[in-house]
Formats: sequence, C-alpha cells, structure tokens
Amino acid sequence: MRDWHPAVAAAEPSQKAERDPAAPLFGGVYRERFERILGRYPTKRAALLPVLHLAQEVRGWLAPETMTRVAELLDLTPAQVRAVASFYTMFNLKPVGSYLVQVCTNIACDLCGAGKVLERFLSETGTEPGAISADGRYTVVETECLGACGFATAVLINDRFYESVTPENVPALLAELP
Amino acid sequence: MAYPFAHPREVRIVSKHFGDAGARPVDGWVERGGYRAARKALPEMTRDQVIATVEASGLRGRGGAGFPTGLKWKFMPKDDGKPHYLVVNADESEPGTFKDREILRWTPHQLLEGAIIGAYAIRAEHIYIYIRGEFVDVIPVLRRAVVEAYERGFLGEDVLGTGLRIECTIHVGAGAYIAGEETGMLSSLEGRRAEPRMKPPFPAQAGLFGMPTTVNNVESLAAVPHILVNGADWYRQWGTEQSPGTKLFSCCGHLRRPGNYEVAMDFNLKDLVFDLCGGPRPGRRLRAVIPGGSSVPVLTADEIDCPVSYEGLVQAGSMVGSGGLIAMDDSACLVRAVRRMVEFYAHESCGQCTQCREGTAWAARILRRIEEGEGRDSDIPLLLDISENMAGKTICVLSDSAAAPIVSSIQKFEDEYWAHIRRRSCTAVS
Ligand SMILES: Cc1cc2nc3c(=O)[nH]c(=O)nc-3n(C[C@H](O)[C@H](O)[C@H](O)COP(=O)(O)O)c2cc1C
Ligand code: SF4
Ligand code: FES
Repeated sequence: MRDWHPAVAAAEPSQKAERDPAAPLFGGVYRERFERILGRYPTKRAALLPVLHLAQEVRGWLAPETMTRVAELLDLTPAQVRAVASFYTMFNLKPVGSYLVQVCTNIACDLCGAGKVLERFLSETGTEPGAISADGRYTVVETECLGACGFATAVLINDRFYESVTPENVPALLAELP
Repeated sequence: MAYPFAHPREVRIVSKHFGDAGARPVDGWVERGGYRAARKALPEMTRDQVIATVEASGLRGRGGAGFPTGLKWKFMPKDDGKPHYLVVNADESEPGTFKDREILRWTPHQLLEGAIIGAYAIRAEHIYIYIRGEFVDVIPVLRRAVVEAYERGFLGEDVLGTGLRIECTIHVGAGAYIAGEETGMLSSLEGRRAEPRMKPPFPAQAGLFGMPTTVNNVESLAAVPHILVNGADWYRQWGTEQSPGTKLFSCCGHLRRPGNYEVAMDFNLKDLVFDLCGGPRPGRRLRAVIPGGSSVPVLTADEIDCPVSYEGLVQAGSMVGSGGLIAMDDSACLVRAVRRMVEFYAHESCGQCTQCREGTAWAARILRRIEEGEGRDSDIPLLLDISENMAGKTICVLSDSAAAPIVSSIQKFEDEYWAHIRRRSCTAVS
C-alpha cells in the first residue's frame, strides 16, 4: 500500500487507463486523499487543482456533473470550477480514449522529426487528432514542450513518459500497453 | 558517470550525480554528502548568515530572470508575524529547457535540501513544490523523497531537532506554461486560472494567500547546499564577477550529443556547442543557436564565440534565460522554427493583455502564411510592428518573449523570409 502522507496526497499522475465515470466523489482511499489534500492549504479553493486531478484520476475526464460535484465539495460555484478547469490543458473536458497519447511537437522535437512520430501514432491507432479510436483505446493529441527536449521526440501516454521516440518505435510502444 | 553524455570540461556541481540512481534514495544521498548543508545551516547559522552567504556567492536565479537569490531572500520581512511561504518553481516548460526535470529525477533530495535551507532563511512555515503535471515519471520520485525527508526529520514539526516547523506539499500543475511565471504560479496555487498579477505588490510583500512569499527555481535552490557547505568564495572560483558559479545548459535540437551540461558561467558558447555537444550532425553545418530557451533572441552560427555569462550573452545579442540551448543546422527553416515558437506563445497567452493575446495570434497567422509561400512583401514590416507593440507593455513578459524570436530572426535571417515570400522556397538544405 502506498504511503499517502498528507504532503504527497496529491502527488499522483491523474491520467489512468482504469477509470469509472460513475464512481462517487470521493469514496474509500480517494476520500482519505481528498481530506488530506484539503488539510494542506489555508483556503478550500487552493485545493481546486489537486481535487480536479483527483476527480479525473477516478473518472477519466471532467464531465459537467463532475465539476458541479467538485464545486460543492469546495464551496465554489460550478462556473468558477469550469473557468479554472478550462484554463489548463491537462483537464479533459470531453472523454478521451483509455490511453491518451500526447506527442510533443514543439521546437526541439519538431527539429528532430516529431511530425513523423505524430503521424505514425495517428496511423497506427487509426484516429484523427483529439478523436477517440473506434475501439475506445486511444486518443492522440499534439502537446507543447514536455521538458525532455534533448531526448526528442518526447511522448506522454497516460502516466508513462517516453523519450527518444522514433516513428519505428511506435508500434512496439503501443503493443506493450496493457 | 556517463550520464547520457558527460565531458571533462564540465564543472559538475548540481549535476554531479545525474545518471546515478543510487543518489535518489535518502540514504544514498546522505552517503554522497547530502543534508550536510542543512545540518550546518539550521542549528549553527543564523538566518541572516545563511542569506549573507548566498548573497556573497552571487548566485542568480536560474528560472530565467537571473535575479540574485540572496537579495530576493533579503526582501522577505522579518518580524511581521505572518505566515511566510516558499514556492518551488518546478513547472519547467520553456521550450528547449529540460534541466529541472533532470535535477528532480536524479537528485530529488538536492532540491529538498536547498528548499529546506531557503525556507529557514525566509522564515517560511510551508514549502509548496509546484511541479509540472506532465512530469509523470518524476512526480513519484519526488513523492518518495518528500516522505523520506519527513521520516528523517528534515521536514515536519521539529526539523533537525531545532524545534522549527517546516511543512512541504507537492502541488501538481495542470498544463499551463504561464503558471511558470511567478505571480501566475501564485494564482494557480490559490486555485485560480494561472493569470499573472501586476507588480507591485511583489510576492515578498503580498504573495501566496496575500502573505510574504518567495518563488525560487529548482536549479537555484539545488545550488544552495553546495554554497553553504563550501562557502561563497568557493562558488565564485567559477564564472565572472557578475555571473558567478556554474549553470546547467540543456542542449537540444540538431546536435550530436544533446543533453545537460554544467559549465562555469564564463565558458565559451561555441565550445559548448561544438566541443561538449559535438556540434551539428555529420555532414551538416550549424545555422543558428538559441542559447536560453525559446524566449531569447536567436544567434547566428557566427555570433556564438562568446561567454555564456549573463553579460556575455547580452553583449552577443541574446540572454541566458533558462539555459535551454536549441541548435539548428542547415536543414532547419527559420521561418518554421519561429512560427512554431510563436504558435506556442499564442496558445499559452493567458489572454489578460490585448497586445499579447491578439499580437501572438496575429503574428502566428502571418508566420504560417509566410511559411506556406503565401506571404506578402508587407508582412515583414507588419511583423516588426506587431512585435514592437507586444514588447514592454504587458502584465508579464510572455509577450516580450514571443516578440524576441520574431525580431531577432528577421534581423538575422531576413533572406529566409524573402525566399518564402518572393520565391515560395526556403533556404534550408534538405
Ligand atoms: C512566461 C514565463 C514563464 C516562466 N516559466 C518558468 C518556469 O517554468 N520555471 C521557472 O523556474 N521560472 C519560470 N519563469 C520565471 C519565474 O517568473 C521566476 O522568475 C522564477 O521562478 C524565479 O526563480 P529564480 O529567481 O530562482 O529564478 C517564467 C517566467 C515567465 C515570464
Ligand atoms: S503578457 Fe500575455 S501571458 Fe502575460 S499577463 Fe499579459 S496576456 Fe497574460
Ligand atoms: S520540445 Fe519536445 S520536449 Fe521540449
């Protein structure tokens, strides 16, 4: 069992393949983490980003009902929550495939051929950018610099970070996803 | 240590243990001399002595602005009775920059130790580490380190037996470059859109939750323990009077050996590119270098025979910025490269200032049409005009950052623009 020390209760990647769009906000260990997160800030509002992450970790995306629920939990209005959630690219305001593939196409990766990596992900998964593949498994998007520019091309798939991805690596990389 | 590339001409202080997984756990870190500085600073040195040592070392903020760290700490009030905060800026997202992620993933305790010393110096009761949400592989590493630091009494109610309480919380960002700007970070930490705020008031007066706050970059804090253990003069043996010490340059783009290199701050930029990074790939010629992340002016291959110091790079026409060095060889189209960077700024503008919101989007559209061969003769003066309007007139400097590559690339690679506009071609060699 992981140590959810209050200091790190929010320190978890929020994009997971396993999710339950109907799960309660929040039950079980998530309830505990929610309480611990709240205890780290002098205002409830300050917990908004971590709590949105937690909601996304549980449900996979932030549906309007999810944001309304988060608003209730933090004494905010749904409009306030929506205004914040829509500002940040990591919060999914529409559903995404089980695996969200984010390919960096910013300057350094672009110089090193990120466009071809992106194309390969799209062709291997048979999707258009931002769409969900027919089997529900993949959503492929372009993303801004991932902070791994010397190891181009950088790719994020849910909670996994890949460096030095080439178009040739793509099929194997997709195949090893559970 | 062959992290992925190391070079004898480096001076590896902060990066000494990159590539050494044994340095990650707290025991490994202590075996390598870790937490000696904290043990020295907290019980033995007064806060003023800690600040004076850091100030004397001349350490300058490594997040981009280069503001002296000791001086920033000195601005924090002393006897105001309010809670103080230290915010660690681990939101690294300046295109071309990948140094803080390496510090965090190889040596998380190096950062924590610096942060604990910083918190002591500025009387902070709570450290918030604002880490980029996309760093999914680093977040668990940092998580483990924070828990270990609590277990060992480096954090918590009674830090190192001094009776002092320092809490630390990992706060995970959610994808917004502007959250890396220090006041945008404070807005974001308060649960708002990461919109930068007008200064004054400065964070030291009214920062996080309205309380005195210091925001420090990961690399700045990671240098602090070394300075405290070895002294200010030791740190000053490298670099120049105005740029003491060492700096990490994360080198990427068209290079044979991309990666992080830590060099004395008077190191020669050309040597960094050609000797340490191995220069451009075989059969290629170097065309352009952006020495400090996408926000600083581009240099031509002929302009890089200069020191990497703050003043040296300004004299050469650019800036140290974040130390994200982007090299381009003769296969690179400068119009495309600049378009890509400006699109980034257009995407990341928070939208509060008209010049920035409209200017970045408009410039990106013009650059795209030039790239695609649909440019007009009037587009170059238009881009310069837009850039002039974008610089120096906004709440934060994101707007200026977007203008920098536009103006510098037109100054230095105008022929590239004309090739696209007049001949629907490109000077890049395929
Ligand atoms: C648009 C913008 C983005 C920034 N992004 C970062 C960043 O990702 N990381 C960082 O440390 N500083 C960033 N900065 C600089 C911070 O505002 C601030 O100067 C820095 O965190 C202070 O720490 P330092 O004094 O240790 O450098 C950014 C600044 C601007 C204007
Ligand atoms: S300059 Fe741009 S990013 Fe900065 S506050 Fe203004 S609109 Fe926002
Ligand atoms: S440009 Fe791709 S990771 Fe930075």
